[in-house]
Amino acid sequence: MSGPRTHFLWRAAMLHRISGVLLAIFLPLHFLMLGLAIRGADALDGALAWTETVPVKIAEFGLVFLLAVHLAGGLRILVLENFQWRDGQKTLAAAAIGVSFIVAMLFGLRVL
Amino acid sequence: MNARLYYWQRMTAGLMVPLIAVHLVTMIYAIGNGLSAAEILGRTQGSLIWGLFYGGFVVAASVHAAIGVRTVIGEWFGLRGKVQNAFAVIFCVVLLGLGGRAVVAVVM
Repeated sequence: MSGPRTHFLWRAAMLHRISGVLLAIFLPLHFLMLGLAIRGADALDGALAWTETVPVKIAEFGLVFLLAVHLAGGLRILVLENFQWRDGQKTLAAAAIGVSFIVAMLFGLRVL
Repeated sequence: MNARLYYWQRMTAGLMVPLIAVHLVTMIYAIGNGLSAAEILGRTQGSLIWGLFYGGFVVAASVHAAIGVRTVIGEWFGLRGKVQNAFAVIFCVVLLGLGGRAVVAVVM
């Protein structure tokens, strides 16, 4: 299979979009959970107990990766748009994904 | 996407670069002791700095996410015009409301 949609930079752009959509879906839930503290620390602790389960820890790891990859992918776009720079795009895209994995792994090692 | 929305998408993105970096480092540091209300609230309650940090973060993320979602629903689901704009505005207002409430909850 060939064509624009198999191009590495198309995939990098799609990863940026999908990570953005998933973060947008997660944000209201994140805010609702932290908002529980308005009823006191016990209410927040009750919800945080849920984060001790393995599936939630794996989801947290995924969310940290999504945030890191959306940040790195966003930096790639800001650099492309604002600097006179057109070479090495694939290198930067690969570096963006690589750095995101490293950030997520750091979080993963500490969460487990 | 019109020029004004494009501008605000990039402005909020640039603003959030350092905020997300701090957020990631804080998470990696804080998760080591497990998540607890005492840990989170001990850091944030009564802190003007964290209040401004998270308050600014919520505003930037709400605007950024709403503009991004507006683009996605236009391109993927063909929603255009008033429906597309209304969805984005409502999403932004919901995020601002829930995010503002969360900041008040952990800072005040």
